[in-house]
Amino acid sequence: MHSFLQKFGRLLVIWLPLGWLGIFFMLPLVEMVNVSLSEARRAVPPYNPAFQIGKDGISFQPAVDNYLLIYEYWEDYLWPAVNSVRLAFFSTLYCLLFAYPMAWWIARSNKSLQHILLVLILMPFWTSSLLRMYALIGLLNPNGVINDFLIWAGITVTPIQMMQTDFSIYSGMILTYLPLMILPLYASLVRLDNSVLEAAADLGAKNWDIFRTIILPLSMPGVIAGCLLVFIPAVGEFVIPALLGGPEQLMLGKVIWTEFFRNRDWPVAAAIAIILIAIIILPIVYARYQDKESIS
Amino acid sequence: MRFGFILAFSGFVAVSGHTLAEESLNVYNWSDYIAEDTIANFEAETGIKVTYDMYDSNEVLEAKMLAGSSGYDLVVPTADFLARGREAGAYRDMDLSKIPNASNQDSEIQDQADKMVGSDSAGLVYMWGSTGIAYNEDMIAERLGDNAPTDSWSLLLDPENAAKLEDCGIAILDAPTDVLPNVMTYLGYPGTSTDKAHFEAAGDALSAIRPFLRYINSSQSINDIANGDICAAIMWSGDAFQAAYRAEDAENGHVIDYYIPDEGTNLWFDVMAIPADAKNIENAYKFVDYMMRADVAAENVNYVWYASGNKAAMPDIDPDILSHPGIYPTEKAKEKLFVTPVYDAKTDRIVTRVWNRFSAGN
Repeated sequence: MHSFLQKFGRLLVIWLPLGWLGIFFMLPLVEMVNVSLSEARRAVPPYNPAFQIGKDGISFQPAVDNYLLIYEYWEDYLWPAVNSVRLAFFSTLYCLLFAYPMAWWIARSNKSLQHILLVLILMPFWTSSLLRMYALIGLLNPNGVINDFLIWAGITVTPIQMMQTDFSIYSGMILTYLPLMILPLYASLVRLDNSVLEAAADLGAKNWDIFRTIILPLSMPGVIAGCLLVFIPAVGEFVIPALLGGPEQLMLGKVIWTEFFRNRDWPVAAAIAIILIAIIILPIVYARYQDKESIS
Repeated sequence: MRFGFILAFSGFVAVSGHTLAEESLNVYNWSDYIAEDTIANFEAETGIKVTYDMYDSNEVLEAKMLAGSSGYDLVVPTADFLARGREAGAYRDMDLSKIPNASNQDSEIQDQADKMVGSDSAGLVYMWGSTGIAYNEDMIAERLGDNAPTDSWSLLLDPENAAKLEDCGIAILDAPTDVLPNVMTYLGYPGTSTDKAHFEAAGDALSAIRPFLRYINSSQSINDIANGDICAAIMWSGDAFQAAYRAEDAENGHVIDYYIPDEGTNLWFDVMAIPADAKNIENAYKFVDYMMRADVAAENVNYVWYASGNKAAMPDIDPDILSHPGIYPTEKAKEKLFVTPVYDAKTDRIVTRVWNRFSAGN
């Protein structure tokens, strides 16, 4: 009986997450590939599914036209993609620069303070991200709180244009994604053994050397996890640049939006999304593969 | 005992099923597009429970309609979106004999919308309006003098003017089908054209003022122009008056006005229509009939400041609204108003590509 429960428990632990991934990750992904291989039409739904199970049995007639169209007009998609990757790259970099000292400080403070600080880090997640963006707009506007204060304090005469600039976009990105960077960094820094650092100091290593040769390598798993957690959603981000950015910030997320809503071309929208996923996932898979190679 | 419970339970299910089928209605309408007490009054009068949801773009509504099984019984798409939706089979015809108050409708407006949709039983026009320019009177006068062209698209589309207004902020709707045709009329092409070269010329004209634009966005300008954060914007008529009202209400000293440029502009019509898979069709008819009542229609206009499709409502509409040429255009201005054709998929692509290139600045 006991071993049965154990066995059942083990199966549950393995299959529950797998089932979850299958239903909420793999199925939608497969459906998206299906839509991307379908033909657009003016009907409900607005595409003729490549794979369908109907009266005449199962049929599969994939069309690569959507991918060919993207290839034909590659310039229209390349520049927004470059914009998106640049936005994601710098957002990740800024998050890392801000998050590292914060995570270090949290990991080095005493246990009871750590809990409070972690809760404070997570607190912004309790309100809607959209609301936080509107709060930021209220702060950064030409007639907003910050400018009102600067003018009142006599630091500037005319309001400083902070909205619709890179500054406002990256403020929004950092505000949104910083906790995703801090948490994995904290998790790896908190496990760092103090005696290792003391030993290095005893042997005459300077602070910078300790950081470069011990702390940074040991926290690399946290750095990588944090960068992935920030970079991947940031590439697809389109709400923050749309709300806080100026006209030059055409992101790939917005391009997918226009394919879907303006051209009513769901298949092409799906095809772009699939290509984007491939571009992001393949290097990660490749890196994992290299890791395994080097280990064996 | 157990049997009794099952009986009672099944009875409950039957009754609630009955009320669901008979006495409810799911309406999906634009945000800020109905007087505050209209829904409550309708519920009190008919006993029909209304679930009222809102959207802020035709695209969102269209995506729901094209995906199917939206659960809504009455929606209010703009005429060109309705035309495309009907082509896809997403809407059903309206039986006007079930809507006695349909006779209140302004036939001139209804005919134009019907022509655009390509059917006289697609639905009834709720409100209609124009695309024009909203501006802050003092800020414009300060920068362009008393001879500022506040009767022409050139106020924003002439790069010389746009450059002078850059510091106080100018913005454009993120709605290519409402902006590009108007830029075409400004350039002397017909706004109804579907010629690729005309769209591209319009895109080039927009690119010329792009360096001076604060942003391209459809919903941000209302607040920003009311607060004085921007000083002029291409906007929809009703949004502009909402901004003017907000500025007046806040007593912040900003006076906002709106005009239909002399070169002409496109008209749009928002039409009450019934989705093909609506469940409570009879209630939808009752609701449309209620909305078409002269007093109800007038209350809605007085609240949202858009022109009504309802002629019988005119005597009850605020004279300030009726006499404003930006809402009810003068006979002379009417000659220059036009209705854009419903674009096919190929034209959609051209429009989107021109627009994306302009927004991205390449």
